[in-house]
Amino acid sequence: MSAPGKLPRWAELGLLPVINLVVALLISGVVIKLLGESPVAAFKLMAAGSVGTQEGIGYTLYYATNFIFTGLAVAVASHAGLFNIGAEGQAYIGGLGTGLVCLWLGAWPFWAVLPLAVLAGAGFGAAWAFIPAYLQAKRGSHIVITTIMFNFIAASLMTYLLVNVLIKPGQQSPESREFAVNAWMPSATDVLARVGVTFAATPLNLAFGFALGAAVLVWLFVWRTRWGYALRVAGENPAAAVYAGIAPPRVIIGAMLLSGALAGGLGLNELMGSQHRILMDFPSGAGFVGIAVALMGRNHPAGIIVAAVLFGALYQGGSQLSFDMPKINRDMVVVIQGLVILLCGAMENVFKAPLAALFAKFGAKPGVG
Amino acid sequence: MFPSHAFLRFAALAFCAAAFFASRVFAAAPAFAPAIVYDFGGKFDRSFNQSASEGAEKFKKETGIAFREFEISNPAQREQALTQLARRGATIIVAVGFTQASAVEKVAKQFPAVKFTIIDATVDLPNVQSVNFREQESSFLCGMAAALVSKSGKIGFVGGMDIPLIRKFALGYVEGAKFVNPKIEVLQNMTGTTPAAWGDPTKGAELAKSQFGRGADVIFHAAGATGIGVMQAAKDAGKLSIGCDSNQNYLHSGGVLTSAVKAVNVAVHKTFLGAKNGSWKSGVIALGLAEDGVGYALDEHNRKLITPEIEARLNQTRADIVSGKIKVSEYKAQ
Repeated sequence: MSAPGKLPRWAELGLLPVINLVVALLISGVVIKLLGESPVAAFKLMAAGSVGTQEGIGYTLYYATNFIFTGLAVAVASHAGLFNIGAEGQAYIGGLGTGLVCLWLGAWPFWAVLPLAVLAGAGFGAAWAFIPAYLQAKRGSHIVITTIMFNFIAASLMTYLLVNVLIKPGQQSPESREFAVNAWMPSATDVLARVGVTFAATPLNLAFGFALGAAVLVWLFVWRTRWGYALRVAGENPAAAVYAGIAPPRVIIGAMLLSGALAGGLGLNELMGSQHRILMDFPSGAGFVGIAVALMGRNHPAGIIVAAVLFGALYQGGSQLSFDMPKINRDMVVVIQGLVILLCGAMENVFKAPLAALFAKFGAKPGVG
Repeated sequence: MFPSHAFLRFAALAFCAAAFFASRVFAAAPAFAPAIVYDFGGKFDRSFNQSASEGAEKFKKETGIAFREFEISNPAQREQALTQLARRGATIIVAVGFTQASAVEKVAKQFPAVKFTIIDATVDLPNVQSVNFREQESSFLCGMAAALVSKSGKIGFVGGMDIPLIRKFALGYVEGAKFVNPKIEVLQNMTGTTPAAWGDPTKGAELAKSQFGRGADVIFHAAGATGIGVMQAAKDAGKLSIGCDSNQNYLHSGGVLTSAVKAVNVAVHKTFLGAKNGSWKSGVIALGLAEDGVGYALDEHNRKLITPEIEARLNQTRADIVSGKIKVSEYKAQ
């Protein structure tokens, strides 16, 4: 017999999230029904719109790219015991770095622009995370408060720059001029065309590959290096970390720098890959979705990728839904997303105990031994 | 987590197969298909977007022709929405708001047979009509009205975000006020630096209260749904507010001095109608006082506030602006 409250690993990692997701969708279905639309038709539209067509898949993965970057950012900080709510601002400022490189060095060949754009994005993002990290490490100012404040400071700074400095002369919209074509991240359509695959035109671009690469690097870093070990120890138990000769302030600053750098990757996808200009509010909440993604993905890169794709699908499926069902407006889509976060993230253990009792009763015994 | 993902994919595939066959039934599109894409504020902002929505609804009521609509919630959706509408057979698409300019430019090139109308921005393409308003002219009149009724010699302005469009409102307002009373003091605040600034009535009310506290007795808002809070605070304090974009006089009858009206509804209605009967033309359209594209609102709700003397003065100025005798400066982004 397994101990009460214990689930087999496959049920814990596979069955439980599915049950949570299904319950979230059932509740959404009730709300949709109350609005006078058919829940079945609505979910069909969402599924078809998000993963049913090449275009849907392209948009889903494009959104997922943003969420992978911000999800990883939140997760790395989380392993060090820090709750980084500032991924939004770090992504915003990181994007500024990437954008400036693309604006100024657009005449250079792509292979020369790319590494600089990546470095600038990561560098600017890290720099924006440094100040809250320093304040937390040396002064004890709570990182949650300071990172929230830094989101607003980032927004103010970017609004100032876009309205007064970077704006393309003679236009209303606070946006920079378009980057030179050399500085565009190749789109998935172009990349796949080279290997003879035709793929619908979507904003999906090579930055998706960078996001996956970042996930692998984060995994290697957190679980396969001394640094990552120090990070986890400091996060689990700061007192033990000090006893083991690890200096928590250094870990805090290091973790936040890495977190900010990861968030800064969003600009590669959003600016270099899709909008091709610096524009106002381009992270549009991805930094906050990153928190939910990290929570759902249990701070593990593999889980984060899956959760990011799920959220990408919800974003894209949701926009298809409001497109085809006028009664379901964008606020309803936010409700559905909120229910998924609530059940899969915040209340993920609600069904754990009943499920464990079921397993105990019907004897899903762990292997005989 | 992986099994859940696989399961999702499977379910999705099953769903999409069904949806694919369902969609076949509705493949035939009608010849004339209007569509409209709203900006971040959403179509119920009681201001700019709502005005556009009213124009579209009016068209629907008159002609019985339904239109498609979409509200943006992130930057990538602008292009996506326009592309999808064009691909699904929309023949005329109205893009509401300057933020959609770059998306319209891109999509209009891809669909040269589809007509686009963009409001508040200029896109120079053969299949795009750009409708711009001279908001500074109506703001000028509102500034005059505010200065004429102000007893304290201080009036206020609450904007949404500090962007060129809002500076245009502010500049016209200040000029109008100074035209009446060169010594008047105009308090100015912007609500925020993120698009949330267009939908934050609480903050609007706070800013209004602080301006009233500093002595202002009339406040003009150009802040979308945030302005609802400004107007509420004015009513609570027994002071006056000036509405924006839509005629908002009715929100607090007797407490709203006037509204700087921007005839987005007329523009959208005209666009749809013109596209239907063939009179739609590409190019730039500028609508000001002369074209009745902007103006100040006078109705039973503010009749008592705008005395005949004030009305005469405003109408005289209006005529002078139309004839070119008075030039209102326009804010230019450098």
